[in-house]
Amino acid sequence: MGLTHNSVGIGAVDSGLVLNKKSPLDKVVALAGNPNVGKSTVFNGLTGLNQHTGNWPGKTVASAQGACEYRGENYVMVDIPGTYSLMAHSAEEEVARNFICFGKPDAVVVVCDATCLERNLNLVLQTIEISPRVVVCVNLMDEAKRKNIKIDLPLLSKRLGVPVVGTTARKKKSLQALLKVLSETIADEKRQEAFKVRYCGEIEAAISSLEECVSEKCGGRLNARWLSLKLLDADESLLREISAFLGEEFLRDRELSEKIEAAKARLAESGIADTDALKDSMVSSIVKSAESICAGAVVYENRLYADKDRRLDSILTGRRFGYPVMIALLALVFYITITGANYPSQLIADGLFKVQELLTELFARVGAPDWLHGALVLGVYRVLAWVVSVMLPPMAIFFPLFTLLEDSGYLPRIAYNLDKPFKRCNACGKQALCMCMGFGCNAAGVIGARIIDSPRERLLAILTNNFVPCNGRFPTLIAILTMFFIGSAGGAFSSVLSALMLTAVIVLGVATTFAVTKALSKTLLKGLPSSYTLELPPYRRPQIGKVIVRSIFDRTLFVLGRAVVVAAPAGLIIWLMANITAGGSSLLAHCASFLDPFARLMGLDGVILIAFILGFPANEIVMPIIIMAYIAGGTIQDSGSIWQMKELFVENGWTRITAVSTMLFSLNHWPCSTTLLTIKKETGSWKWTGLAALISTAVGVAMCIVFTALARMLS
Amino acid sequence: MGMGSFLILKYSERAVDMNKCVNLMDVSPGQRALVKGIELKGSMRRRLLDIGLIENTEIECLGRSPCGDPSAYLIRGAVIAIRSEECRRIRVCAR
Repeated sequence: MGLTHNSVGIGAVDSGLVLNKKSPLDKVVALAGNPNVGKSTVFNGLTGLNQHTGNWPGKTVASAQGACEYRGENYVMVDIPGTYSLMAHSAEEEVARNFICFGKPDAVVVVCDATCLERNLNLVLQTIEISPRVVVCVNLMDEAKRKNIKIDLPLLSKRLGVPVVGTTARKKKSLQALLKVLSETIADEKRQEAFKVRYCGEIEAAISSLEECVSEKCGGRLNARWLSLKLLDADESLLREISAFLGEEFLRDRELSEKIEAAKARLAESGIADTDALKDSMVSSIVKSAESICAGAVVYENRLYADKDRRLDSILTGRRFGYPVMIALLALVFYITITGANYPSQLIADGLFKVQELLTELFARVGAPDWLHGALVLGVYRVLAWVVSVMLPPMAIFFPLFTLLEDSGYLPRIAYNLDKPFKRCNACGKQALCMCMGFGCNAAGVIGARIIDSPRERLLAILTNNFVPCNGRFPTLIAILTMFFIGSAGGAFSSVLSALMLTAVIVLGVATTFAVTKALSKTLLKGLPSSYTLELPPYRRPQIGKVIVRSIFDRTLFVLGRAVVVAAPAGLIIWLMANITAGGSSLLAHCASFLDPFARLMGLDGVILIAFILGFPANEIVMPIIIMAYIAGGTIQDSGSIWQMKELFVENGWTRITAVSTMLFSLNHWPCSTTLLTIKKETGSWKWTGLAALISTAVGVAMCIVFTALARMLS
Repeated sequence: MGMGSFLILKYSERAVDMNKCVNLMDVSPGQRALVKGIELKGSMRRRLLDIGLIENTEIECLGRSPCGDPSAYLIRGAVIAIRSEECRRIRVCAR
């Protein structure tokens, strides 16, 4: 019965990976590799799934699986997180190692980056030590070709003793060769002799003193040479897994323990005193092996192959232009989003409200009762129409733009640029990557925090992710900015202005992130910044067409779907609240007037606060709910026009103070329910989840109250 | 960055101009050096070894982040950013 949570011990990061085998004959194939070598692209190409891809290390934080068929054979492909090594020093490396070691896949495909092959061989060599069936997939061959890097695949295969296939995963065809070799490898019993890393004499002697005994005790369930090495190394987390896999009696075995102790003593005598020295020596041998395997097989014909990247980096991460370019890019993304969304937004609104008229007519013709028409058309349908027309266009433009940036390799540069400020807050520069993911969706940002190794710094990233507005909040911000600060002048200039203002709002969000991170690391989450390395991958030209299609279908429609599911009942509730009366006024009016005094203090009104509360499941519906509630209680007829919307708002007492306060509160209030559930899942604690909600809400309430008080004093 | 970025573009062959060993922070953008030892412990040490930073590995400083820290290094064909605290504990020598 495949793998379960317990037998693989993957629980540390995943909520249990259970392989979905359709039949016991299905072959399980693990896709391993360094971070950011295109593993997910290979995975997608093989399985036809759309696992999220992007050009930054650490993007795949959980294992994904998919099915794939080749010549009548079924394969279950498992995409495991990228790692540099199987010596496991972080949660995701542990997942990768445990799956390769104890998941007993039928084969392991190690995906390598052709432009940086030597370093990738470190993982290949470690995998060959464990697994009997390994296929090396040298990916990004097109990029290597462009950079004039010549790779002799047959020679590599001969030296490594395992099949080596060159692929360009972006082009699906090249994956057929991989599948062919994979099926041969799994079927073929007469394999070549795989390359064995030769360690220094002392370590080899220690291994051979154990190997026979180990082989006998573990009964062939694990590679004896590898297991001997690991027993000398005595890594605690690995010993736990070994003990779980082979049974506790294995490590308790008297004869074996004595032999291990004796071997360790001999090692100590010859100068390898502790596991640090042992590991150093092991890694050196592996790296040197990789060096000799690549010698002559990988030729860099052009020393300046990365010249373009260096030139770009000197601008994008340079002292003079690093920060200005970052802000300019942000503003540009917003400018395109705002300008591009204007026209379709109006078009969709016109269309949808025409449909509403038709629906009303239809209801009248069949003689449906008023309350039914009200609840379904004026309640459910109308709020859906608002959600789609206000939210869809900005999302459909913002998501692809963001994905383009992600695929180009710019995001790690942001982390690089912002590392020092984060270090000042005793946090990790990779938090900037989570922050960027938060622009798309805060729940994704929270999951993305897994790339941070230190638990304290990871918590900081999780608790503060909500301070960058997600895609569901952008349209709200854009609509308010356009109505109250740009005016009806129109034209190119007004779009520039609103893009700049939105950028300023985001910069405020980032500043809040820094402030709260710092405050937390001085109080609840005290600690010094931990050390880390950040890889800056080569820039890649994104596949524009594919990105647009993918991000619209995978992300935009998914998010919109969620919003629609939430908006329908919310629309009904608002309509009911507006139409059920008690004591002379509607429930909505009662609730609004109950919340009103507090809301006024924050520069809002009761209706706005109700909208934020009802928007708890999805921020996308806040704006539509406000509009609905005002229409239900007022005289203005709805139409898609943003200027009629403004009229409606002004009639309900909105001033610029209300507008700013609403934006501030949208930027800082409780995370949506999805995000909170994700935080619960990631931290495993309701306490941190509650704190995440409390912190953002408290900051938002405080900001609104202070701003309103100051603004009223000055005006 | 000024001069530094110029040197990156030119792919200077200039090595660290010293005979004695220094730490990685002494290697300016555009300069190259050989790694002689890592005085770090624990997971950071492992990580640096995993990316191939063993004795006598060539390392080239490519530039520094806008705030001056961390710095980017070319190690075995990959660009890796390392913070100054860690760089100070990586001993290097002229090529």
